[in-house]
Amino acid sequence: MPRTPYGGRWSVLATEWYNTNMKAGTKFALGAVLIVGSVGYLMASGIKQTGQYFLTPSELAQRVSADPSFYDLGLKVGARVVPGTVSKEIATQTLRFHITDGTVNYPVVFKGLPPDTFTDSVEVVVEGRLQRDGVIHATNVLAKCGSRYEAVPKA
Amino acid sequence: MPLLGHLSLWLAFLVGLWGAITGFAGGAPPQGRADLQQSARYATFAMFGALVVAVISLEIAIFRHDFSLEYVAAYTSRNLPTFYLWSALYAGQKGSLLFWATVLSLFAALVQAMTSGRHRVYLPYVAAVTCAVATFFITVMLFAANPFERLAFVPLDGRGMNPQLQNPGMVFHPPMLYLGYISITIPFAFAIAALLSKRLDSDWLVAIRKWTLVSWLFLSIGLLIGMWWAYVELGWGGYWAWDPVENAALLPWLVMTAFLHSVMVQEKRGMLKKWNLALIIGAWLLSIFGTFITRSGVISSVHSFTQSSVGYFFLAFLIVTGTASFALYASRLPLLGAEARLESMVSREASFLFNNLLFLGIAFSVLWGTLFPILSELVQGTKVTVGPPFFNQVNIPLGLALLALTGIGPLIAWRRASVPNLQRQFAVPGTVGGFTALILLVAGMRDFYALMAIGLGGFVVGTVAQEFARGARARHRQYGEGYALALGRLIARNRRRYGGYIVHTGIVILFVAFAGMAFKTETEASLRPGESASIKSPYGWTYRLTHLGISQYDALNRQVTAATLEVSRDGKRLGVLTTEKRQHVDGLGRPTFQPSSEVGIRSDLREDLYVVLGGVVNGTEQAVFRFTINPLVWWVWYGGMIVALGGLIVMWPGGAPAAKQSQAGYAVRLVGEDQ
Repeated sequence: MPRTPYGGRWSVLATEWYNTNMKAGTKFALGAVLIVGSVGYLMASGIKQTGQYFLTPSELAQRVSADPSFYDLGLKVGARVVPGTVSKEIATQTLRFHITDGTVNYPVVFKGLPPDTFTDSVEVVVEGRLQRDGVIHATNVLAKCGSRYEAVPKA
Repeated sequence: MPLLGHLSLWLAFLVGLWGAITGFAGGAPPQGRADLQQSARYATFAMFGALVVAVISLEIAIFRHDFSLEYVAAYTSRNLPTFYLWSALYAGQKGSLLFWATVLSLFAALVQAMTSGRHRVYLPYVAAVTCAVATFFITVMLFAANPFERLAFVPLDGRGMNPQLQNPGMVFHPPMLYLGYISITIPFAFAIAALLSKRLDSDWLVAIRKWTLVSWLFLSIGLLIGMWWAYVELGWGGYWAWDPVENAALLPWLVMTAFLHSVMVQEKRGMLKKWNLALIIGAWLLSIFGTFITRSGVISSVHSFTQSSVGYFFLAFLIVTGTASFALYASRLPLLGAEARLESMVSREASFLFNNLLFLGIAFSVLWGTLFPILSELVQGTKVTVGPPFFNQVNIPLGLALLALTGIGPLIAWRRASVPNLQRQFAVPGTVGGFTALILLVAGMRDFYALMAIGLGGFVVGTVAQEFARGARARHRQYGEGYALALGRLIARNRRRYGGYIVHTGIVILFVAFAGMAFKTETEASLRPGESASIKSPYGWTYRLTHLGISQYDALNRQVTAATLEVSRDGKRLGVLTTEKRQHVDGLGRPTFQPSSEVGIRSDLREDLYVVLGGVVNGTEQAVFRFTINPLVWWVWYGGMIVALGGLIVMWPGGAPAAKQSQAGYAVRLVGEDQ
């Protein structure tokens, strides 16, 4: 540790300097920069760590063929359930169905309770990972219900 | 009747237009024209009257099941319970626009009727702004979303109301939220009036602050009821999902809360005038922005209305009003100079400034996260979404910093705090907070954020208790009042200050309750009658749930499948819980909508046991359940009520006139205020 007039106590030195050499406005500006910086950092890291691609099945197929690292990456796929493909095993709580955007079709497996609005012809947002077996293993299924779903006028 | 409604919409449109023109033209007294000013004033009353007639016409059509109206056919049916027929007024896009315009005109008329004294000079411009905004909403209805639109044929029955809207919350939550959301227009109108008339002394601030409080209180209550509704109705086991519409309502709330704090700096020290005006304009623009994103279909949400051209109207309105208000604001900046400077970093002013930065930081991150799918698509060409993990990751640390400031702010003196002053102020609250965290740590709590939240909560409660104790003691000494009386009078005589502390106490309770969700546990089970599942609570005990069987019956407008479970905790029987799946039907017994769940909830002070029936296995009595334990949820509702109570105390009329102590540049000490 380098020698200082305060016997190595940097904090005392810093406090001394802070009290004598800085105007309140400057100090406040420092605090403000600290807050704004933290907000920026938290947001940037939050997006980096939790952001998920939102793709259509065609886009997903394209991405996967271009870059295999898209397998096993957490993402969301928005598509329509293919009518007649839904099979529910209530005993094991497993839901299987296919989704499509008209060109590309992916099978989906979901363990858990589907939302009330889930039927075999709704638009869904599937959250999960595309595994190498070509099946999307969903952790969450959200159903949109087209024009029939005019809900709470909150705003 | 529908014709009458349609005509009164047109009448309201013309009157509103007239009010806007005469209000702006009448201008500020004494130079303005008194006759035009009077005319603008009457226009607000007339517009309110015409809109009420329109609302009544629509309600009559709804109650008479007049399915020749597209709106009535789309949102109601013959078998819809009467209770919910009322609320069909705002169940859909078109009706809710009518409701919005009507509530706004109600506030516009109330302001004209209730404002007295010095603030009357702003009224012509206030009338002009409120009329202009209401006229915009009426325009949208008349040209894009007319609730009185007729169908070419008359259906036998309507499509009915979405079952998730058939909950008592539907009767209270939207009106409350609307009252809050819409009344933001009033402080905004005062701000514009002050800017236009160049009367930027301390008067306008008092008028704005009062109406901001009204708006803030309604919005707080509306948000709270919305959380409760989501919790008991949607069945996903939580009360806040960071859904775009929730965020849209939260954004103006955050900005208004920031304003209610920084306004004190302006009152006491004559600083932050520009900042405060910008906050009010920003809060209002955010409310219009929220309306835009929820009604345009730009962002998908569980709340969103169907996509329609209405969005373009709102976008245009947002751009025009945003540009106009900030242009006006910029032209008046030279009149908004500060009367004092920040003297020390360790002062009440500085802590309010940091508080404001944090509120705005939270608001910005919420706005950014909500818009991120659109922004990323514009910039990168790929849609990237962020969800609850993002909002939690960003806002938990910011929220905790804000909580810390909630405790620190009241302890620091205005202008400049001295070291002995700080030691005297912080000793008790700091100790309370430290010990709270320590006790929980010893008791086995290991979640960092939860420990921080509850520890800081202890610190804030310590601050509040110290303030109340010192105030009461001072009155006791000075007037010889008993402590209970002294405490009562202390609050009654300083409603703003001590009401504010009560709000802080409610906020602490909310934070503690939010922290409880860190210990949420969940399990799913498929049970035959007689079988049971168990779930371990974070408190260490074990719940055992035994499936007793399924019953099916018809009710009012639905077929119900109900499962009954017996609940016991560590071997002790607690009672039974019922959870339902409901299939709503139309007048002919045909199913409408998808089935919806009714959650079974057993609530106590420590935790909620939350049971959802997932489904029944192929006609047998075997059923799938989701069991969730949500700690401390009870405290959300009661913490919220304390916040509302504190807000009511602050805005209760009468009491110590705040304006008296608001001379710029120095602080007047009131009796009982000992710093």
